[in-house]
Amino acid sequence: VKAPRHRLYGLMAEFHAPADVVAAAQAAHAAGYRRMEAYSPYPIEELAEALHLHHSKLPMLVLIGGVVGGLAGYGLQYWSSVIEYPMNIGGRPFHSWPAFIVPAFETTILFAALTAVLGMLALNGLPEPYHPVFNVPSFALATRDRFFLAIESRDPRFDEAETRRFLEGLSGVTAVAEVQP
Amino acid sequence: MARVPDDRPDDIARDALPPPPPLPPELIAGEHTFGSVTEKIASLTLTRRTPLWWFAGFAVSFLLFMGLLWAVVNLLFRGIGVWGPNVPIGWGFDIINLVWWIGIGHAGTLISAILLLLRQPWRTSINRFAEAMTLFAVACAVFYPIFHTGRPWLAAYWLFPYPNTMGLWPQFRSPLIWDVFAIGTYASVSFLFWFVGLIPDFATLRDRAKSKPWKVAYGMLAMGWRGSARHWHNYDTAYLLLAGLATPLVISVHTVVSFDFAIGIVPGWHATIFPPYFVAGAIYAGFAMVLTLAIPLRKFYRLEDFITMTHLENMAKVMLATGLIVGYGYMTEAFMSWYSANEYERFMIVNRMTGPYWYMYAALILCNVVMINTLWVKNLRTSVPYLFFISFVVSVGMWLERYVIIVTSLHRDFLPSSWGMYSGTAYDWSAFIGTIGFFLTLFFLFIRFLPVISIFEMRTILPEAELKENP
Repeated sequence: VKAPRHRLYGLMAEFHAPADVVAAAQAAHAAGYRRMEAYSPYPIEELAEALHLHHSKLPMLVLIGGVVGGLAGYGLQYWSSVIEYPMNIGGRPFHSWPAFIVPAFETTILFAALTAVLGMLALNGLPEPYHPVFNVPSFALATRDRFFLAIESRDPRFDEAETRRFLEGLSGVTAVAEVQP
Repeated sequence: MARVPDDRPDDIARDALPPPPPLPPELIAGEHTFGSVTEKIASLTLTRRTPLWWFAGFAVSFLLFMGLLWAVVNLLFRGIGVWGPNVPIGWGFDIINLVWWIGIGHAGTLISAILLLLRQPWRTSINRFAEAMTLFAVACAVFYPIFHTGRPWLAAYWLFPYPNTMGLWPQFRSPLIWDVFAIGTYASVSFLFWFVGLIPDFATLRDRAKSKPWKVAYGMLAMGWRGSARHWHNYDTAYLLLAGLATPLVISVHTVVSFDFAIGIVPGWHATIFPPYFVAGAIYAGFAMVLTLAIPLRKFYRLEDFITMTHLENMAKVMLATGLIVGYGYMTEAFMSWYSANEYERFMIVNRMTGPYWYMYAALILCNVVMINTLWVKNLRTSVPYLFFISFVVSVGMWLERYVIIVTSLHRDFLPSSWGMYSGTAYDWSAFIGTIGFFLTLFFLFIRFLPVISIFEMRTILPEAELKENP
């Protein structure tokens, strides 16, 4: 009995220069591939543009986080100083809003910053203990000096032989590897 | 402009932008590639051989740290009477050192956040350890407000808003509670900023580590970072947003710390100049500490290629600029005391300059006004030994500034019957030197186990990273 053939995660092309991977990502997008991902050891803005990535949802999340933080901080102070534990000190108003601004500002920043970090991790799907791309031995260099473009087998245009030919034909490509699932 | 018709709109939009300014070549000395930068910085952490100087430095720091333990044990068993503060000087080393340490921390955030927003590429090789310095300095700072209560486990209910069985809530109108929120937020956000910056470098260490335990440890910290374009897209956005959030935060923190004084009615404290003057002083002291740490670090780790003379000189310039603002603050204080026509204010400034603590004020002016102006001279500004020396002068000067502000303002109360003198006890000094030991202990651990320079950001400033042509 033949062992069931596992479907590949995809094919991965390796590059040595940042300009090559950007050009490759543009070419792959132009060729109609959509389910693909490029990897680089440092952020390359052009690469995100070449893949036509949508604007990050993060700024909106951070705004919401900041607003919630500000309201929570102010609300806590209002509730504890006016409702729960009012202290009459020389007849001064319980709702001393100028004093409450300082902690409310700090909670705004705190909640917004927490949202930025946790939101970034969540949008990136981290922590992620396993990912198929790590099965390619040379992928360890993706955090050093190599650039990769991986086209997933889930892409409707993916065909093992055809896509391999396409990747091998790109300029600057040094190797094309199968990514085991 | 002649264009082939199949050009996509985003290409044209990008070409319409002016090209980014070329990087000054002196930010990285020598020939470096993505690989060599990665190897150099990662090998400092991943090498099996710990250098001898590391053990020597760690041992001395740890010994000093034990002085803190001795002081704290005495404090907890015998009470806060072992410390120097007493009527009329109710605040002593505890608040002097709190302000000193918090101020030192500010340079880290300035470098990592404000210089990022201002697009200063020279921040790249110093931001990581400056951020670590911020975290450790804040850790030293919070020691004082926690332990000056004597029994910190009994102090939680008036510091933190939590539903306690006594039904009590903190007094949110007090600057001391603002401090809790400001410093708590500052410590948290500084940690987040530092940790987010480390994630891609943890991934580099995970992929470079040879031994299984380190691979697992760095792998857990990297959380599965792959450096995909989607990752970087969200990452850059998060990093920029954090910088934007940390910028007003860092300004607010020392402003709130200055409110501890400025909100009170004590002559010498009750001044509107305090917030800007404290913030400038904080950045000034912080850059001095960055220099104190950077100069031996580049020497012992042979990082002269990455932390070049340009970096040191730029830091000296920031120190000079903020030092002049601090000097302006001293002048304003003196002028406003005279201009206020308030006899208590006038007495305070004359007493500060000529009273029993005149030598403290004179030393402060020597350090922060006279000595700092030597940095106008380019030969001195570009001399590594002199910069190392001046960084200590500034640290001492800023400590004296807080001593002068706190002690001389309190020691002559409104009534001569409540006049007094203050000096730190052996426990005060031991706790202060102990926090320096704690700070250095943490710093030595940091430089051994984590990358001292942000590897992925160094890659972005290499000439190799320039996209020569966009096809």
